[in-house]
Amino acid sequence: MGEQKIAEDNVLAIRDLAVEFKTDIGMTYAVRDVSFSVPRGKVTAVVGESGSGKSVTANCIMRLIQPPGKIVSGSIDFSPTRTDGYDIVSLSNKDPRLFDLRGDLMSMVFQEPMTALSPVYTVGNQVAEAILCHRDVSEAEAWQEAVDMLTRVGIDDVSRRIHQYPFEFSGGMRQRVVIAMALVCNPELLICDEPTTALDVTIQAEILTLIRDLQQELKNSVLFITHDLGVVAQLADQVVVMYQGRVLEIGTVRQVLKDPLHPYTRGLLAAIPGLAQKGERLETISSVVGDADLETPYPLTQMADGRQVSLSPDLLREAGHE
Amino acid sequence: MLEIPLGSKSGIESCMNSYITRRLLGMVPTLILISMIIFVVIQLPPGDIVTSTLDRMQAQGVEVSAEQIQNLRAQYNLDQPMVLQYLSWIGNFVTGDMGYSYLFSRPVNELVWERLGYTLLITVSALLFTWAVAVPAGVYSAVRQYSVGDYVLTTVMLMGLATPSFLLALVAMYIGYEWFGISIGGLFSPEYRDVPWSLARVGDFLSHLWIPMVVVGLGGTASTMRILRANLLDELNKPYVVTARAKGVKPIKLLIKYPLRIAINPFISTIGLLLPALISGEAIVSIVLGLPTTGPALIEALINQDMYLAGSFLMLLSILTVVGMLLSDLLLAWADPRIRYE
Repeated sequence: MGEQKIAEDNVLAIRDLAVEFKTDIGMTYAVRDVSFSVPRGKVTAVVGESGSGKSVTANCIMRLIQPPGKIVSGSIDFSPTRTDGYDIVSLSNKDPRLFDLRGDLMSMVFQEPMTALSPVYTVGNQVAEAILCHRDVSEAEAWQEAVDMLTRVGIDDVSRRIHQYPFEFSGGMRQRVVIAMALVCNPELLICDEPTTALDVTIQAEILTLIRDLQQELKNSVLFITHDLGVVAQLADQVVVMYQGRVLEIGTVRQVLKDPLHPYTRGLLAAIPGLAQKGERLETISSVVGDADLETPYPLTQMADGRQVSLSPDLLREAGHE
Repeated sequence: MLEIPLGSKSGIESCMNSYITRRLLGMVPTLILISMIIFVVIQLPPGDIVTSTLDRMQAQGVEVSAEQIQNLRAQYNLDQPMVLQYLSWIGNFVTGDMGYSYLFSRPVNELVWERLGYTLLITVSALLFTWAVAVPAGVYSAVRQYSVGDYVLTTVMLMGLATPSFLLALVAMYIGYEWFGISIGGLFSPEYRDVPWSLARVGDFLSHLWIPMVVVGLGGTASTMRILRANLLDELNKPYVVTARAKGVKPIKLLIKYPLRIAINPFISTIGLLLPALISGEAIVSIVLGLPTTGPALIEALINQDMYLAGSFLMLLSILTVVGMLLSDLLLAWADPRIRYE
C-alpha cells in the first residue's frame, strides 16, 4: 500500500509527478519529477514564476487537469484523518472517493474571484451547494450553514447578501465568498492558487489575514501557491521553489528566505525591489544563473539540516554536502 | 438614477412593470407607421383586386361590361380616395374587424384564426423537435469536441442545413406515402377532412403532423446545434466551471447547471422571434405539403391584391414582431440576472 510510505505528519505526499500537455508540436511537460510533502496543520507555500508548474501541480492534487493535459506518472498520497488514505493519481475518473475529496476533504480557492462564480446563481445557492454535495442535510440547513460561513469570512448583512448574485459583489467580497465556499465543509487541505493576484494591494492584505486567521482557527493544512515572496514570508511554514516544472529547493521559510541554497532562489530574492536599491537596476534572474544551469535537472538532495535542493555536484559540494 | 433597493423583489417588480408599460406605449407610433407603409405597399403595384378578378374572368372567356366593373369597384370601396380607404381599414382593424376577403369570399377574421391555430401547432411542435434534436447533439459535439461523433453529427447537420426544406418536404411525403401509407399533403386524410373533431380525427391529425414538424424543424436544427456547440465550448473551461468541479459537483449535474445553463441563454430569447413566424413561417413548405396554414394564404392574398386579407396578415405580422421582441427581452431578463439588474 502506497500510504504506508508517508510519514505520519504529512497530509499529502507528492512523488515523481509528471504532467504532459499535448500540443500541435508534440508533447510538452508542464511538470516533471515533482516531489514534496505537505505537513499536516501547516502552511506550505509553492513559489515560482509564471509557467513554473505551480498551478498545474495544484490542479493535479484535486484531479482537475483536463485534456489536453494528462498526469503521466507519479503518485499523490493523501492521508486524511477522517478516512483511509489513498493515492489520488490512481483513482478512476468515476471513483466516488474523487467526489468526496473535491470540496469535502480538500478544496481550492482560485485566482480569479471575478469569474470563479457562476453569474446566474445567487451566492447562497453556490455556497450551499458545496454542503449539499457532501452532507445529508436539508436545503434550509445548508443555507443556514452558508450564512454562518459567510459571516465568518467577514461579509456584512449576510441574510440579505446571500440572495444576491456574484456581480453585486466587489472583487474582494467575491474572494471571501469563494473562501467561504471552500471552507464550508471544513476541508483537511485547502489549496490557494494565487488567491490575491487579481486583487488590489489593500484587499490582498485583508484576504491574506483572513486566510491566516481561519487556518489558525480551523487547524487545516494549507498549500499556498504564489509568486509573491512577501506573501510567503507572511504566511508560510515551509517553502517549495519551482522552476520550469521542477522543484529546485524545499525548506522552512527561514532556511529558504534567509539562506537560499539554489542560485535561482537567490536570484528570486535579489529581484525583489527594496528601498535600499532605489534608482538602481533590478536584478534579473537570467543574469544570476544561466538558463543552461537549469536545463540539466539534478535530483533533489537531502541536506543535513532537513532541507532539499536540486544542485549540480559542484555546487552541492560548495553548499557543504558530503 | 433609479433608486432600487438591491435584492428587493418588489423594487425589481415595480421597475419591471414600468419598463413593460414604456415598451408597450413605444410600440404605438411604430405600428401606426408600419400600417401606413403596409397600405401603401399593397396599393403600389398597378391594378387592384378588380383588375386581377377581371383578368381571371377574361382568361376564362367571360365578357365583362364597363358597368359591371364600376359596380365591383363601388362594392369594394375602391372608388373612394386612398386616405379614406386607409382610415376605414385601420379603423375597423383596431376594433377587431379585419374586413372581408374577396379572394376567399369569407370574413378575414374567420380565415386568420382558423389558419393561425394550425400554424401555431406546427411551429411549436417544430421548435420542440428542433430543440430535442439540436440540444443533445450540440452538447455531445461540444463535450466530445473533435471526436468521431462530433464530425459525424456536424456532417449530417450541415447536409440538413444545405438541403432546401421544400425538397425535404417532397422526400418526406414520398416516405410517408410509401412506407407509412399516409395520404400525401394536408393535415388530414380525405375521410377526416370535413368532419367534426373526434378522437379518431385527432389521431389522424397527429399522424400527419410529424411530416411538417420534421421538415420545418430540421431547417433550424443544424444552426441551433452549431451555435450551441460554440457557446458551450466557450463556457466549458470557464473558471466558474472549475470552481464547481472542485466543489465536488457530479459531472452531469455540473454540465447542466453551470456551462449549459449559460450557453442556452441566447436561445431562450429566440422564443420571442417565433411569433412573427406564425404568420410568415415556412410558406414554401406549407404550399408543397398543402398545409392550411397562414403562409400560403398570405402569398395568395398578396398575388391577388386582396387588400383586407393581405393587409391584416401583414399588420398581424408586425404586431407579433414587436410583441415578440418585447417577449424576447423579458425572457432574457428572466434568464439572466445580470440583464435584469441593469
